[in-house]
Amino acid sequence: MNRLPIDALNSPETGAARFQKLFRTTAFKLSLAYLAIFTLCAFLALGYVAWNARAVLDDQIVSTIDAEINGLSEQYNAGGLRRLISVVERRSREPGASLYLVTTAGGDHVVGNVGYVPAAILATPGQSETRYGRNDSDAEAHRAIVRVFTLPGGFRLLVGRDTEERDRLRAVIGRAFGTSVAAIVLLGVIGGWLAASRVLRRVDAMTQTTRAIMAGDLDGRLHVAGNGDELDRLASSLNQMLERIGELMRGMRDVSDNIAHDLKTPLTRLRNRADEALRRPSTPDELRAALEAVIDEGDGLIRIFNALLMIARLEAGSAREIMAPLDLGAAARSVAELYEALAEDQGFTLDVAAQDGVVVEANRELIGQALANLVDNALKYGAPPEGGPGRIAVSVWREGGRARLAVSDSGPGIPEGERTHVLARFVRLEQSRSRPGLGVGLSLVNAVVRLHRGTLHLRDNGPGLRVEVVLPLAQDDAADAVDLERLKTR
Amino acid sequence: MLSEVRSPDPRGALWTGSMRLLIIEDDREAAAYLVKAFRETGHVADCAHDGLDGYALAREGAYDVLIVDRMLPKLDGLSLVRSLREQKVATPVLILSALGQVDDRVKGLRAGGDDYLPKPYAFSELLARTEALARRQVGSGTAEETRYRVGDLELDRLSHRVTRSGREIPLQPREFRLLEYLMRHAGQVVTRTMLLEHVWDYHFDPQTNVIDVHVSRLRGKLDKGFPSPIIHTVRGAGYVLRVDEGAAG
Repeated sequence: MNRLPIDALNSPETGAARFQKLFRTTAFKLSLAYLAIFTLCAFLALGYVAWNARAVLDDQIVSTIDAEINGLSEQYNAGGLRRLISVVERRSREPGASLYLVTTAGGDHVVGNVGYVPAAILATPGQSETRYGRNDSDAEAHRAIVRVFTLPGGFRLLVGRDTEERDRLRAVIGRAFGTSVAAIVLLGVIGGWLAASRVLRRVDAMTQTTRAIMAGDLDGRLHVAGNGDELDRLASSLNQMLERIGELMRGMRDVSDNIAHDLKTPLTRLRNRADEALRRPSTPDELRAALEAVIDEGDGLIRIFNALLMIARLEAGSAREIMAPLDLGAAARSVAELYEALAEDQGFTLDVAAQDGVVVEANRELIGQALANLVDNALKYGAPPEGGPGRIAVSVWREGGRARLAVSDSGPGIPEGERTHVLARFVRLEQSRSRPGLGVGLSLVNAVVRLHRGTLHLRDNGPGLRVEVVLPLAQDDAADAVDLERLKTR
Repeated sequence: MLSEVRSPDPRGALWTGSMRLLIIEDDREAAAYLVKAFRETGHVADCAHDGLDGYALAREGAYDVLIVDRMLPKLDGLSLVRSLREQKVATPVLILSALGQVDDRVKGLRAGGDDYLPKPYAFSELLARTEALARRQVGSGTAEETRYRVGDLELDRLSHRVTRSGREIPLQPREFRLLEYLMRHAGQVVTRTMLLEHVWDYHFDPQTNVIDVHVSRLRGKLDKGFPSPIIHTVRGAGYVLRVDEGAAG
């Protein structure tokens, strides 16, 4: 195989495969198509020129013949056949002379510089194009346009002009055509080749990068040349996709790290309990109690595990398909009703202030779970530090074209500096709070809110914590309601 | 109004027979554990270890409930249930799954499952749910009763009145629905999650003992002034509504 410039790419393929690949590129195919079009154009342009040039030359030849004939006819009128023959004889010998021939009725040569002409031409008076010979030996070597007259007495007069000049011109144009087509083909193939291999080189680079990414180099990104062409746009949107995938991967990795981290403590506790029960000689009742404690720890573990898994799934955007219009106020009332008795038992008042008709596109289960987590957190951490009855308020309202939901408590709240910290480390269990729940609980709320394209804010309730959720209103329903109102007013 | 009170058993149980179960689960250890556990609680259980065997058994055998794992070799759980339903096999199906997310649950029920239990689960939860399904099967065909009676406790669904020994007990709407569910499953263990699912229509984990508080309030109202409790706590499982054996006469 010849050394192709592409070999420099040290690609693993053979030269032949490389060739095939090059021929299959879109750039190369496009080049071939353009090549065909340009060739056709060249053909049409030169053909037009050739045709016109020939017409011009033919006109010239014919008018020369006309002039000759005029001259000869004057001579004939003045001196008859004899005079004509002597003039023809003289003119025939002049350099660059036209073609002349006078024959008898039987076709015998009388005078002139034409050696041979087909008999059929002589027999029919008028203009025609024919082959002829200067003398008998080169019978049909030349071409000419001739005009034949019948003279009194059966004599024939032939006047014509050689078309060699015209034919030469035609040959020149033909060569020009050939050369230009060859040039077009050559340039086209080279151009196509260059374009294709340039594209191919970039696509190959992209392929190499993606292979590397597939092989595990997740930080690899496609090269963007910066000229804004289609390959650049493709590369940059692929890069964005890779960025997003990387983000998700990091998220998953964080989740699994956190799962490992968050489950270690309770797992150790569980193991210790079982170990302790085995080490000491125990009564069946004690063993039973130990086993029950182990099961409780196990249940707690499963709970954390499920919550973490759910967060991961929500972050990945699944479950988005099972959404339906949901009255947020009704959801808030329903969850509050579930927790009301518990709140009362724990010395809290739980109030709901919900506007009607705040409809969001949501999953009822997930919103319910998020609300439950918020109320649960408020119950766990929302008691006033100085004692006395705790207050939890759940509110739902519409503001600024968005649905808003807030759960506020009367507890110590979270210091402003720590709020972003809590948000930033959402997935991790808050170690500062001894009871598990807030970390995973709030992370789950955040995941649910994000799935619903909303935002979560931690605010000061003065005193206490106020968790505010902002969700987009269900657009269609709002629009429908407005339309309905309009129809009614008509 | 003439109402039919279906409660021949003084303990309030409508259905006390042993269940015939088919467990379709590819994890042999888990399947063996379930078979053993169901046998110990007085039921008969067969098992199949892949989807095709399970499908064949489920079509032939007269089972009360099928317990189907979602991920099975040869034929996955959801397809199995879908095929059974297409063949007009109406045996109640409880789907077990390691996938416990909201959408998975919906998919499971859409395929024709009657209940869905995410792994890992407590056996008491599975038992309670299986019994509820088996009894629903027995009770299906008859219209829902308008009135429930367990011992001296009566609940009228139409007038929303609850009486015990003829004395009216005022209940909140949610307490009424809670009692209604307990009475419909009288004599049978109902778990906290079953109550959350059927009374509040939520399937998430409330993380706290919210249900216990509601039950204990209801219990307070029902038992106030009566010597014997009617709602009993079953340790490690849930609750059961029945007339105490000593008091039932």
